[in-house]
Amino acid sequence: MRPLTSRRVLWICAVLCAVLLLAVVIALRMGAYSIAVGDIVMTLVNGALGRRERIPSEFWLVVFGLRLPRIALGILVGAALSTAGAGFQALLRNPLADPYVLGVSSGAALGAILSLIAAPHTPGAIQATAFAGALATIAAVYFLGRRGGQIDSATLLLAGIVTASFLSAVIMFLMTTLSGRDLRGMAFWLMGDLASPPAVDLRWLYFLLIVGVGSMYTTASDLNLILTGEQEARHLGVNVSRVKLVVYVAASVLTGLAVSVSGAIGYVGLLVPHLMRMIFGSDYRLLIPASAIGGAILIVIADTLARTVVAPTELPVGAMTALAGAPVFIYLMRRRVR
Amino acid sequence: MSAVMGSGTPLVQPVTAISKPAGARLIVEQASYAYSATDRSAPKFTLGPASFEAHPRELVAILGPNASGKSTLLTLLAGLHRPLSGRIEVDGTEVSLLDLRTRAQRIALVQQESELLFPLRVWEYVLQGRYPYGRRLRFESEEDCLFAGNALAQVGADKLRDRWMDQLSGGEKQRVILARALAQQPSLLLLDEPTQHLDIGGKVELLRRLRRLADESRYTVLVVTHELNLAAEFSDRIVLLHKGKCLRVGTPAEVYERALLEDVFEAPLEVEMRAGGRPRVILRGNY
Repeated sequence: MRPLTSRRVLWICAVLCAVLLLAVVIALRMGAYSIAVGDIVMTLVNGALGRRERIPSEFWLVVFGLRLPRIALGILVGAALSTAGAGFQALLRNPLADPYVLGVSSGAALGAILSLIAAPHTPGAIQATAFAGALATIAAVYFLGRRGGQIDSATLLLAGIVTASFLSAVIMFLMTTLSGRDLRGMAFWLMGDLASPPAVDLRWLYFLLIVGVGSMYTTASDLNLILTGEQEARHLGVNVSRVKLVVYVAASVLTGLAVSVSGAIGYVGLLVPHLMRMIFGSDYRLLIPASAIGGAILIVIADTLARTVVAPTELPVGAMTALAGAPVFIYLMRRRVR
Repeated sequence: MSAVMGSGTPLVQPVTAISKPAGARLIVEQASYAYSATDRSAPKFTLGPASFEAHPRELVAILGPNASGKSTLLTLLAGLHRPLSGRIEVDGTEVSLLDLRTRAQRIALVQQESELLFPLRVWEYVLQGRYPYGRRLRFESEEDCLFAGNALAQVGADKLRDRWMDQLSGGEKQRVILARALAQQPSLLLLDEPTQHLDIGGKVELLRRLRRLADESRYTVLVVTHELNLAAEFSDRIVLLHKGKCLRVGTPAEVYERALLEDVFEAPLEVEMRAGGRPRVILRGNY
């Protein structure tokens, strides 16, 4: 009997952070303008210490101007989606649940497309309307998915799926009205894309991420019990309806946050929680932080591949997450089956 | 009881480090409840006023045919619902007024386990019983492990601790579920049809174990069951329910009357009184 300790959680997170750092350095190195690892480290250290005058201007531009903001956005999106996925899997008691299953991404996409139609070429408009669309969907699905005044997992899932398909139909209809250029932009948006920097200061987005992940983490030990059955959790003293509300809101807002800045990047929210579960077990006190960091790692790697394999063209990062994630997932799954 | 308990190896390992729970005194007085589909519709099911008591070291069986209100009564006892009228008290406190964690520290309810979504080891499952004692994110302490280990020992499942939950047999699983309830250190132990998926050997073993928990560890045990003969053999008191009414409360000998049981269970039955005053129910006639 070796129960999970806070020290073990910290250790595993530290190791995962080291892997993330490695992935970040590799991502900074790769691209049309290649920089040696030593120069990257020098640039990062001097940048962190505020000694800009010691950094060659082209390094400054490539590292701090181009690649690091994109990587920071990728880390945000990967962490948000993976945490949301882990949350939805517990909330809906369904291993196939991903952040998009309840229609948040469809709501965001509808917001985005409406802004493309109403106010094309307005900076930040797409992201703002996408986030508003996500929030509206979260509220609508919540009210549709209640039963007896509380969130009921099965009803919520049905309400979410129906809402998602309804919104998708509206999106398809509206897409026929878009011009060729907007259509391509929308298609990339639907597949997920980290190329356009967010209009809002990244620090605000990171603040939201920390609030979302943090509030979900406060329910971690409750989620462990809910996973073995809601009734049992209730008998053991868990306030199930409060926990479900917290997880629903946190996971949905995290999804909305990610989708509004990057479009609907697929598979991360489904794959990463399962990967982490296979490696570290299903205790949510470890799974939530591990998923957050693991999701960041996967997105950073996938985005680096997306912008380098067929350079100068870029692939949508959503396609790469599946390409990079699925083989690892299948390997771990088969190993467990044996 | 000694005639039943006398044979076999000891079921409970001696554990000295941990204090034994003091059993609870349960008082149910004119408690009733009604379900309805919506707030305004007429009740779909009504549980009429029920009154009985259970004391430390007692094993009380709640009997009745399907849809007689057994499980409803159990949820009232567990404090999951508030009775419409009357009161249910554990050691002088109304159970539905206890806060969630305090309630889980005093009352453990064992139901048929839900399907696990992700694999879990036996010890992880049993440690969940320590939840009511932890603070929000607290990681389990050595003391929690001690209690969980003790609970596993009490049900004779020491050797199962590193197994996966989904690889256990029905009987093993039932013991582990019971161990999680014991890890809650409750004084009142409620079980909803714990014998349902067990073979006859498993059923007898489980009832023996519950009897010992009552006798030796001073638990107050209430079992909902369909097993008339096992209930007669092992329990101190029977609560007989029928169509939402509490028909009779008493010792097995007082409750097991042929006419009454035939009427309640709608089957031709015969009641034999055995030496020691414990009745036995058999089917009457040829089929």
